[in-house]
Amino acid sequence: MSETLSTGKASAPVPPPTRPPSRHLALARLRDLALVPAIIAVAIVGWIISPVFLSTDNIVNVLQSMSEIAILVLAQTIVLITGKMDLSLESTFGLAPGIAAWLVIDPALTRGLGLGLLPDAWAVPVVLLVGALVGAFNGLLIVRFGLNGFIVTLGMLIILRGLLTGISGGQTFFALPGSMTYLGSTSWFGIPASIWVSLLLFAVGIVVLGHTRAGRALYAIGGNADAARAAGIRTDRVLWIALIVASVLAALAGLLISGRLAAVPAAQGDGAIFQVFAAAVIGGVSLNGGKGSVFGAFTGVLLLFMIINVLTLAGVPAQWTNFLNGAVILVALVVSRITGGKAQT
Amino acid sequence: MSATPHRPGGGPVGEDRPVVEAVDITKRFGSTLALSGAGIMVRPGETHALVGRNGAGKSTLVSILTGLQAADGGAVAFDGRPAPPLADRDAWRQRVACVYQKSTIIPTLTVAENLFLNRHARSRSGLIRWSSLRREAEQLLAAWSVEVDVRQPASTLSVEQRQFVEIARALSFGARFIILDEPTAQLDAAGIHRLFTRIRDLRAHGVTFLFISHHLQEIYELCDRVTVFRDARHIVTAPVAELSRQALVAAMTGEDVTMPEAGRRPLTSDAPVLLSVRDLVTSSGAELSMEARAGEVVGIAGGGGSGKVEVAEAMVGLARPAGGTVTLAGRVLRPGSVPDALAAGVGLVPQDRHREGLVPSLSIAENVTMTVPDRVGRYGLISPARRDALARDTIADLTIKAAGPQVPVSELSGGNQQKVVMGRALANDPQLLVLITPTAGVDVRSKQTLLGVVEDVRRRGAAVLVISDELDDLRNCDRVLVMFQGRVVGEMAHGWSDNDLVAAMEGVDLHHV
Repeated sequence: MSETLSTGKASAPVPPPTRPPSRHLALARLRDLALVPAIIAVAIVGWIISPVFLSTDNIVNVLQSMSEIAILVLAQTIVLITGKMDLSLESTFGLAPGIAAWLVIDPALTRGLGLGLLPDAWAVPVVLLVGALVGAFNGLLIVRFGLNGFIVTLGMLIILRGLLTGISGGQTFFALPGSMTYLGSTSWFGIPASIWVSLLLFAVGIVVLGHTRAGRALYAIGGNADAARAAGIRTDRVLWIALIVASVLAALAGLLISGRLAAVPAAQGDGAIFQVFAAAVIGGVSLNGGKGSVFGAFTGVLLLFMIINVLTLAGVPAQWTNFLNGAVILVALVVSRITGGKAQT
Repeated sequence: MSATPHRPGGGPVGEDRPVVEAVDITKRFGSTLALSGAGIMVRPGETHALVGRNGAGKSTLVSILTGLQAADGGAVAFDGRPAPPLADRDAWRQRVACVYQKSTIIPTLTVAENLFLNRHARSRSGLIRWSSLRREAEQLLAAWSVEVDVRQPASTLSVEQRQFVEIARALSFGARFIILDEPTAQLDAAGIHRLFTRIRDLRAHGVTFLFISHHLQEIYELCDRVTVFRDARHIVTAPVAELSRQALVAAMTGEDVTMPEAGRRPLTSDAPVLLSVRDLVTSSGAELSMEARAGEVVGIAGGGGSGKVEVAEAMVGLARPAGGTVTLAGRVLRPGSVPDALAAGVGLVPQDRHREGLVPSLSIAENVTMTVPDRVGRYGLISPARRDALARDTIADLTIKAAGPQVPVSELSGGNQQKVVMGRALANDPQLLVLITPTAGVDVRSKQTLLGVVEDVRRRGAAVLVISDELDDLRNCDRVLVMFQGRVVGEMAHGWSDNDLVAAMEGVDLHHV
């Protein structure tokens, strides 16, 4: 577009507009790494409290315990960047494997818990399909009918949790088929598969959100939806796809934890959404949309689970767990505010 | 800058077909006629000015020329070919671009990404190549000599830089016809100078501009031809050099529907000074010093960007001033404190009723009594009966058309909503009533009621400030202070002529041309 139109002479009478200092730019690009100093600090504190903290076994333990929640955080990050939020992810996390188990497991083996309608091979596809359907329904209400995303997904959170309680009679599904327990319980190269899966998904997320037009469209929509539409982005379609992808990721995370526990309790995922939001915000994802990165979200979950692990190693009694979980979220927010230097929104 | 007359159509592109031609355009919004058989024709390579007072139909024409809205009647053609269908955004973007006052930039993304949003440079694998994206963005900005670091987030751009970036983006789509909607409104003098240099430069490269401004001086400085709209109609199109300032102002002003003057009582010369503003400086740099006596109505006139609204907001505590004092009846107001201003007896009709004036979902009664909770109850409790009684008085006094005090404000028409805002300003029996653009977007009948209030208030011995660029709002003032670019540039006694005031607001002195 510029072959005949370049204008070298024009710049002479124009005084250069004032630029912000380049230090500001460097800081902006380092925002992704804002939590790294905090993570190092917690690692040092953990090592002082208990040398076990930095042992390979303990690190694998931390990574495995966070892998499922981390995938939920990834899902929530995708939705938050578009300027929406999805509370129902925690219920999808329990319902998707719950429905698969309900349809697949043999009632004779489990005192009438399941239906045994489908062969075992259908279990994993059903898990992912349930996730996709939940996301599509959220999209129908939020995108097509223009309902408020917070309230829609709050309603869905309650409905889906109730559905799981209904089909299971409040009990725990067990005797899951091998296809459902494989990913959650196997190890590849000596490290649990769920760690590989979550790290792989984060790597894909970093590439998609950072390096594809579809990913950048999420940021554009969250930053200024009208401008995104004016740039030719099909905002409705992108939002819908983002909601579906997030729910499918939640279903997959549910599959991992069911595999690890070899069971689907009726309360699977109950209350997890608060931890998910906390991790995303600590990791620098804005609740107002348009801001944040997948890598930042990952550092957010990592920091949260490292602090919890340090507390466990320090021998804090189990009755205090909830109190400390809340305190950890606030402390992590403060730490990220100090190290990141920018107000969280 | 001298106002060198350019030869119309003398740009480097010597084509005869107009870049854009709109013929006989009609557009209605509900009952109001926004454009009535209006048209415009812009020749290639020229810089064409579009002027008109508020509500003349300029912005409606812009949205039709940029394909954001369809006209109810008439035709638009680019280069002699009919305009593309509205849904074909790409085709529109290749023909015309508009830099609006409101930004169409995504603040959280970098400048480079904003330039190539949804058309990022990609490698064969489909992934975005950030390095070549940045290079392309740098080349694009360098080609149009825009000096901005493409890696910085767009939120850090100044207004001026943002405009340059938006212009460069428009050019990169292939558009060579650019509409600038009041681009100078938010710029300082140096920024305006740089913008004009840039526009002349681009003009030399064959880019055609449609330039919308309230400042006539800028039009004489920059443009080749000018089109005047008034009351939804096309009035005149002429080369700037052939249209004198008087003729241009007359074309813009026309014969206004004059407001019947209420029985004015001349101000008694011994009335005490009630309001005294000393060296007030706003954060945007506008300055004001003035006095108003009891029973006096003072107008503050000025165009967009004149600073009139900013000084008024600083006066009443909506914005914290950078310096200066405001004294009302011997009491110095605490800077930047609305509660203190209310306690001192300031009643305010803010500029934007939707943003600062009303809570649309609440009832008339709640809106009217919002500033005076202590008058409708005691100990922090609110008595609904007293509140409704107060609201019923307001509804009767201001002839608000509503079924009762419980009607939500959102169900009222614009004029009646504005009366509610006025009722709220009057609720604490103000000593000083400050009206900022009180009749914007209001029908004629409501206008009369609202301006009639001014007369009642001054009779009670309060002072009234009317901040507006609408001549009708200012007609009943005892005197009008005229602001231009942040300074008071003149004062006009009651009985000024329309042309003099409009010219002064545009920064032109008719008597010294």
